[in-house]
Amino acid sequence: MTQPAMDVSAGAPTRSYPLYLRDIAGVAAILVAGAAGYWLFPDNLALLTRIIAVALLVLSLDLITGYCGVASLGQATLFGAGAYAVGFACVHGGVTEPLTLMLIGAVAGATAGLAMGAIMLRAHGLAQLVLSIAIVQLGHEAANKFTGYTGGSDGLAGLSVNPLFGVFEFDLWGRTAYLFGLALLVVVFALLRVVVSSPFGVLCRGVRQDPVRVKAMGAFVFPVILKMFVISGAVAGLGGALAAISTQVVGLDSISFELSANALVMLVLGGLGTLYGALVGTVIFMAFEHVVSAINPFHWLTMVGALLVAVVLVAPGGLVNLAGKVGGIGRSKGSKP
Amino acid sequence: MSDLFRVDGLTKSFGGLAVSRAISLAMAPGERLALIGPNGAGKTTFVNLVTGQLRPNAGRVVLNGEDVTSLGAVRRVRKGLVRTFQVTRLFAEMTPREHVTLTVLQREGKATGIIGRFLGNHTVAEEVDDLLDVLGLVEKADRPVGEIAYGQQRLLEIAIALALKPQVLLLDEPAAGVPSSETPRIEQALARLPASLAVMMIEHDMDLVFRFARRVVVLAAGAIIFQGPPAEVAADARVREAYLGNYANARRVA
Repeated sequence: MTQPAMDVSAGAPTRSYPLYLRDIAGVAAILVAGAAGYWLFPDNLALLTRIIAVALLVLSLDLITGYCGVASLGQATLFGAGAYAVGFACVHGGVTEPLTLMLIGAVAGATAGLAMGAIMLRAHGLAQLVLSIAIVQLGHEAANKFTGYTGGSDGLAGLSVNPLFGVFEFDLWGRTAYLFGLALLVVVFALLRVVVSSPFGVLCRGVRQDPVRVKAMGAFVFPVILKMFVISGAVAGLGGALAAISTQVVGLDSISFELSANALVMLVLGGLGTLYGALVGTVIFMAFEHVVSAINPFHWLTMVGALLVAVVLVAPGGLVNLAGKVGGIGRSKGSKP
Repeated sequence: MSDLFRVDGLTKSFGGLAVSRAISLAMAPGERLALIGPNGAGKTTFVNLVTGQLRPNAGRVVLNGEDVTSLGAVRRVRKGLVRTFQVTRLFAEMTPREHVTLTVLQREGKATGIIGRFLGNHTVAEEVDDLLDVLGLVEKADRPVGEIAYGQQRLLEIAIALALKPQVLLLDEPAAGVPSSETPRIEQALARLPASLAVMMIEHDMDLVFRFARRVVVLAAGAIIFQGPPAEVAADARVREAYLGNYANARRVA
C-alpha cells in the first residue's frame, strides 16, 4: 500500500511514472472490489475470505509459473505448510496473537518454498511437473498419517485466536477476518508489484524466456528461481495462514493436489505473468464455482470445464489479456507472436 | 607472455568423433581474428569449449594468465570472456533498452535486487543510452524485440555483449541471417568495437572476414590448418583443399 506512493515521491523518471499510476489504480480497484464485496454480500464473508486466501495462493503460483516459467501442480504444498504451521503454533504451541501467527505462516511457507524449489529445480520440463505433484502428495500423506499433530482427515481443529491488535475479535460473521484478509491482500499485492518491477523481477522474466541468454549475460539461473520460490512460499504461506485463522481449522484439503491444480487453472484463466491475472482468475473461478454449484449441484464441474475451454480458445493469454486487447490497454506492447 | 587469451591443446571428442584436435591459439589485446572453415569443421564446438558450454577432454583455456578451464560459462562471462550467438537468443517480449539495462545491472551486481526500480538508476540509464546509440538502436529502444528487424536483433546481441565490458569477445556469425542490405550496419558496428578488445569472429561471409580481420585462422576437421594474414589465405594449398574437398557439403548448408 505504501510502496508505490513512496516510489512516486522519490522522483521517478517520466517513463516509468504511468506504471506506478497503474499500480495505484490496481490497489484502488482491489480496495473498491473488496469494499463492494463487504457491503453487497454480508452473509458470504466466509466465502470472500476464502477467495482472498486462495488468491494469495494463485499469486504465489504466478510468481514461479508466470514470471519464472516453472509450472507446478503442487503449489498447495506451500499453502498447506503455512496453514499447518499456524495450526501447530496455535493448537500445540499456544500462540494466539494473529499477526505472530501470520508471520509463522509466512516463514513456514518460505521454508517449504526453499525446500520445494531446491528439489524441483533439479529437474526440467515434464519431470519437474511430476515432481511437484509427488511433493504435494507426500505432504498430503504426511498430514494424513501424523494424526497426533494434524488431526488427520478430521483436520486440525480448535484454533482460538486473540483479537486483532487486541481490539477486533474474529467474530462469527467473519467481518474481522475478511477486512484483515483484504488489508493483507493489498499489502502483499503492492509488495509484489515492487518485486516484479525490480531488476530481480525483470531477470526472472528473462529466465522464463531464455535461460541460456541469461547465463550468457553472466547471471546464474538457479539461485534466481530459488529466490522466487522462497518469496512465492511466503505468499502462499500467508494464504494458508489466513485460511487457518479465519476458519479456525486446518483441513487436509489445504495441502492437496486438487487445490494445486485448481490454482493453476485459476491462473491460466486469469492470465499468467501479470499479478492482475491471478486475482481476476481466482475471483471469477471461485464466484463461478459458487454460483453454478448452487444452481446445479450435479453438473457444476461440467460448467466450470466449459468455461475453461471457452477461455482457452477465445483468450489463450487469459482474461486479463483479453480485456487488455479489447480495451486497448494493459500489455499491448508485448504482443505474442 | 603478453597474451590476453590463450588456448592450449584444446581437444574434444563426441564418442569416437574428434571434433576439436589439439587446438592452440593465442590472442593479444586489440586483436581482430577471424575463424573460418568449412561446415562441420568444429567452429561452434570451439566457441562452446572456449566459453564453457562444453568441457574439453584435454587442454586449457587461459584468460589474463588465469586458467579458466574448470570454470562454468557464467563465471567465464564475469571474467570478461563473452560471446554472441549464431542464432539470436533474445527475450522476445522485452525491449532493447530492457535487455541492455538488465545486462549492465548484472555486470554491476545489481540484477538480483528486489528493492529498487529497474529503470530508475541514472548512471546505468546513461550507459545504456550510449550503448544503444553506438549500435544505432535508439529508435527501436522501446519496442519489443519480437517486433524489430533481424539485423537490429543481431546488433542488440552485440550491444548486450559490449554491456558486459568484455576483454575477449567471440562473435558467432554476427551477420548470419541478415539481409545483405543490412550487412553494412553490422560491419559499421564491428568497426566501432573498442580498440583494446580482443575479438574473434566466426563468419562465412568472406567479404566481411577480409575487411574485418587482421589475422585469419582456418579450421578443418577439428584442427587448425592455417594461421596468417587474410591476403595469404586464398593462396594456401591446404585451405583450398579443405574447402574444395567439402565443397558440396558447404554449399548445401550455407
